[in-house]
Amino acid sequence: MQPDSNANANANANPHAIPSDATPAHASSRLRWRALAHSPLALPLAGLVVVSLLMGLASDNFFTVSNWLNVLRQVSIVGILAVGMSFVILTGGIDLSVGAAMALAGTLSAGLIVNSGLPAPVALLAGVALAVGIGLLNGVLVAWGRMPAIIVTLATMGVARGVGLIYSGGYPISGLPGWIAWFGVGRIGLIPVPVILMLLVYAVAWVLLQRTPFGRHVYAIGGNEMAARLSGVKTARIKLAVYAISGLTSGLAAIILTGRLMSGQPNAGVGFELDAIAAVVLGGTAIAGGRGLVLGTLIGAVLLGILNNGLNLMGINPYLQDIIRGVIILLAIYIAREWR
Amino acid sequence: MLQLTGIKKHFGPVTVLRGVELAVKAGEVHALLGENGAGKSTLMKILCGIVTPDAGEIRIDGQVCRFSSYDQAIAAGIGVVFQEFSLIPYLDAVDNMFLARELRSPLGLLKRAAMRRRAAQIIAQLGVDIPLEVPVCKLSVAQQQFVEIAKALALEARILVLDEPTATLTPAEVAHLFKVMRGLREQGVAIIFISHHLEEIFEIGDRITVLRDGAYVGSCAVAEVDQAQLVEMMVGRRIENCFPPKPSRPAGGSGHAVVLDVHELQLRRHSPASRFQLRRGEILGFAGLVGSGRSETVLAMLGAHPALTCKLSMHGVPLRLADPAAALQAGIGLLPESRKEQGLITSFPILHNISLNNYGKYRLGGLFLDRRREAEATRAAMQRVRVKAMDAAARVDTLSGGNQQKVVIARWINHDMQVLIFDEPTRGIDVGAKAEIYQLMRQFTALGHSIIMISSELPEVVGMSDRVCVFKGGGIVATLEGEAVNAEEIMTHATTGRLHHAA
Repeated sequence: MQPDSNANANANANPHAIPSDATPAHASSRLRWRALAHSPLALPLAGLVVVSLLMGLASDNFFTVSNWLNVLRQVSIVGILAVGMSFVILTGGIDLSVGAAMALAGTLSAGLIVNSGLPAPVALLAGVALAVGIGLLNGVLVAWGRMPAIIVTLATMGVARGVGLIYSGGYPISGLPGWIAWFGVGRIGLIPVPVILMLLVYAVAWVLLQRTPFGRHVYAIGGNEMAARLSGVKTARIKLAVYAISGLTSGLAAIILTGRLMSGQPNAGVGFELDAIAAVVLGGTAIAGGRGLVLGTLIGAVLLGILNNGLNLMGINPYLQDIIRGVIILLAIYIAREWR
Repeated sequence: MLQLTGIKKHFGPVTVLRGVELAVKAGEVHALLGENGAGKSTLMKILCGIVTPDAGEIRIDGQVCRFSSYDQAIAAGIGVVFQEFSLIPYLDAVDNMFLARELRSPLGLLKRAAMRRRAAQIIAQLGVDIPLEVPVCKLSVAQQQFVEIAKALALEARILVLDEPTATLTPAEVAHLFKVMRGLREQGVAIIFISHHLEEIFEIGDRITVLRDGAYVGSCAVAEVDQAQLVEMMVGRRIENCFPPKPSRPAGGSGHAVVLDVHELQLRRHSPASRFQLRRGEILGFAGLVGSGRSETVLAMLGAHPALTCKLSMHGVPLRLADPAAALQAGIGLLPESRKEQGLITSFPILHNISLNNYGKYRLGGLFLDRRREAEATRAAMQRVRVKAMDAAARVDTLSGGNQQKVVIARWINHDMQVLIFDEPTRGIDVGAKAEIYQLMRQFTALGHSIIMISSELPEVVGMSDRVCVFKGGGIVATLEGEAVNAEEIMTHATTGRLHHAA
């Protein structure tokens, strides 16, 4: 996750890092620590370490390679949804439709294979295309329709759920070719395929946000949309693009979901949009936009995964788990505010 | 009546105030002067309990006061009209004036009628006409300003702080405000008045306290000093004439090519239609009262504001701009009136603010940013406009107003624009930085580019413009050039609006 060959803490830690000849090649380790402490990743990382240590104390099985790979596999779907969510939240928007769009895309793919006899690759791509379509619709309504994102995506969330249920009659669509399971449970060497896919998505997102004009415009809109527009940034187009990206990540998540469930399930992914938002916020991205790193989102997603995993390993009552998660999110936001 | 002694304050490593004194008597208008960043605002925040000082004491009527919140300061009789309005946009004037101090019936319900009566009384005392049942966001800026003052008076403040109250007012409104201030002075209210306009201080002020870089420079009676001495106290050096000389041959002469030709631009059904030509190498001033349609006209030109008709051509080619992005393509850039809200991405460092709309030039393989070239070009632009900052990576909200404006200028200069539109180029900018900005504007036109400058400061319009378009009621009512570019002529057209074109 460090495509930057310099790999100095600063370049990755600061979203607006500037290459400078003045930076000595061998920055003292003390400087690096300071850069890290001031970086937006400091708190999410600290949270990750603390929660991991706690979980490790409570359960012997926690610090094993297989458990960690398991955690990463479990977070891959929400992790990918959270990438699209990061783009949207960075512009100051929100996308509640991601869980429903993912379920609909998966259901459509399964239906096209089982009921319409389409070749599986085509059907999977059709699902992704549908999810992108939902994102584009959100984007058009938000950017040109000038409607609030929370309302628009709340509405499309409901519509997507409804369409999925009607299309499938409310039942899971099973009978998929066996190789699709590779996306959900396959491994390359030791590493689960969904984990690899997730890391790829994060890498692409990092490059887009940190190394392209598009990414800079995303941050600019979240920072001050009016100023960005008056400077000649094509704000409507950028906003359309971030919702389309969110649709795209829903579609990619749908492929993993389909592979894991080996069926199209119209009721899958309920509440995943909230987990994705939680991952973004735990990762240090400002909910009002303009600040945050996609790397933080990854940490946030893993943090949520560890929490679920650890609480399960400890055998804690699932109802209590919900409460603990809620309290931890509140605590994290509170600490983040005091830290500034 | 009010005495502040030895006030010190630092934020982190930055010392903002180093032992400041301020003594204000009842029934006087005390002007607080200093460049931006001199510490006036912090001092006022300390006075009203928003900021706690590190050292020093505040005495009111000889009694030491310690305020830990604005509430306590209000209770002690301090009322502040902040530079940034603190009105709730969707509440009406009455609700705003009594916000958090609502009159209640014994049952705890609002006493609307009583509040309204009291509000009407205060507004009448101010002698302004403000509709009481309209959300304040629908009021004009000047009306909102008076609602702010009325709000402070509703608190029955004995010490009234007015932080740049005239910045957004027209001369007539300023005159009225001064009348109100004189009335309050006679009632024994102590007024602390902050303004960048020295002539206003000479008109209304009784005594002056000057701050420079957080230090106390001195206090004196207004009658004892002249303008040049005051400026010297503020900046620590004499500034003779802050306007660079105009080019010897008026650039507006008919020999110069027309860059931008606005054939017809009408904002609203009943507003006058504007037409003007912008020539190569000139500064065309847009003068007029606040609300006369100058900013709207420019925004309409750029496709960022609705207009009834908008026909323009550039270099003789008809042009239709859908949005500021299209204007950028055409080579027209806007430096908006309010830098914080419309100009800068405050969460971005200087560098990214400058390169914001320049990415076309720093592409690597079509998609990626060439960050090294971006950094080099931006540093060069920063040096050209002399942005004073530690580092291009510094956050732009740590800069002073003047340096922030330079960042916006650098953004556009870096982009090789042919036409720049400056909306209030020096609002909220201190004297030293003003002169530098004027220099930059002249350097820009000397390259054969052109500038439209909207300004509410008459000396600026007269000192900088080669020609002046005067606005009234939403459109241009007169275009002046040569000898006619003077304060009297401009004010006559701006206030009476007789249609008359200079020969």
